[in-house]
Amino acid sequence: MDDRIVKSITRLVIPFIQLYGIFIILHGHITPGGGFSGGTLIGTSLILYTLVFGLLPSKKKFSHRMSQIAESGGIVIYVGIGLIGLFLSGQFLTNLDAGFPIGEPGELFSAGMIPLLMITIGIKVASTMVSLFHLLIEGDLDADHPGIR
Amino acid sequence: MKKHLLSLLFLIFFGILVYSIMEMPTMQNQEAPSYNEVTEYYIKNAVNDTGSVNFISAILADYRGFDTLGETIVLFTSVIAVASVLRTVKKKEGEDY
Amino acid sequence: MQIIQAFVDHINFIGAVALFLIGLHTVVTKKNLIKRIMGLNIMGTSIFLFLVAIGNVTGGVPPILQQDPNVNYINPIPSVLILTGIVVVVSMTVYSLSLTIKIYEMYGTINQDELTYLIREEEIHD
Repeated sequence: MDDRIVKSITRLVIPFIQLYGIFIILHGHITPGGGFSGGTLIGTSLILYTLVFGLLPSKKKFSHRMSQIAESGGIVIYVGIGLIGLFLSGQFLTNLDAGFPIGEPGELFSAGMIPLLMITIGIKVASTMVSLFHLLIEGDLDADHPGIR
Repeated sequence: MKKHLLSLLFLIFFGILVYSIMEMPTMQNQEAPSYNEVTEYYIKNAVNDTGSVNFISAILADYRGFDTLGETIVLFTSVIAVASVLRTVKKKEGEDY
Repeated sequence: MQIIQAFVDHINFIGAVALFLIGLHTVVTKKNLIKRIMGLNIMGTSIFLFLVAIGNVTGGVPPILQQDPNVNYINPIPSVLILTGIVVVVSMTVYSLSLTIKIYEMYGTINQDELTYLIREEEIHD
């Protein structure tokens, strides 16, 4: 877009949307929310950046390489946390028996492995949303109008 | 003519479904058939077993953690399916990776 | 009257059924491919509303631990089952839309009548 007001306000608002999304992911075991809704918020902020500034500047910030690392790394870390439970006790994906610190209910650093799983899910959902949007838009580029008109 | 017949058929279908929904329990309290022993066990023992105050996060990540693993695999598969249809490999110089 | 009282008590379930029939009418009647895909999405959303309405308790509080020991929590299990359902519906919609893009690149139209004519003509000339 070529509008000056839309570009300035988007540049002001996007960090606050991402901060709110990270807050909802990290407090997934205290307040309603969790990994999926927080990941959707972060993905939506990157889609807003693509719509306002064009496709080529957005691909520099979230390239194909970073999408590969985020998608595959999410599943590998999830299975890795499960395998820690398999090695320390007898079962896959346990919380108390594997020795994760449980803390006091209601604090931020509590509840064992639940915040770690929420962070993993949040990264994966955000990367999925941005990758799908870039794939569906890509056929619309042509030589003399780079980006979305 | 055909469109009016189709709309009439849908209205009759709506009437049949509403008539069969009137049998469902309305004042949901603790004696409803969907509030059984599994829910009572989850509500009573979630804070002692996992230490999280939110019951839904405790069910998602601790009691039913395998379903969440399967769901991340579904998200991954959908990205691969769309990329295999839409992303064609062109032999053209100056294209970003 | 008794019928109006029963209607108001079951208003959540009747809303879910009405949304399902609106989605089904869109899939059956319209000729544009994208409108039919949106009809499938609406049918999926109506089933989520039905599942949440089953787990409701009259006078209940959200399922976060409160200080008061005798409150009624709503049933948390249908809310957990919906999260997996949402991911399946989104995945199906995205794949259908990507196939529609390929159909438009190959045939030049997304109207169902013209597509039937063009595909049948292509089979005759092969």
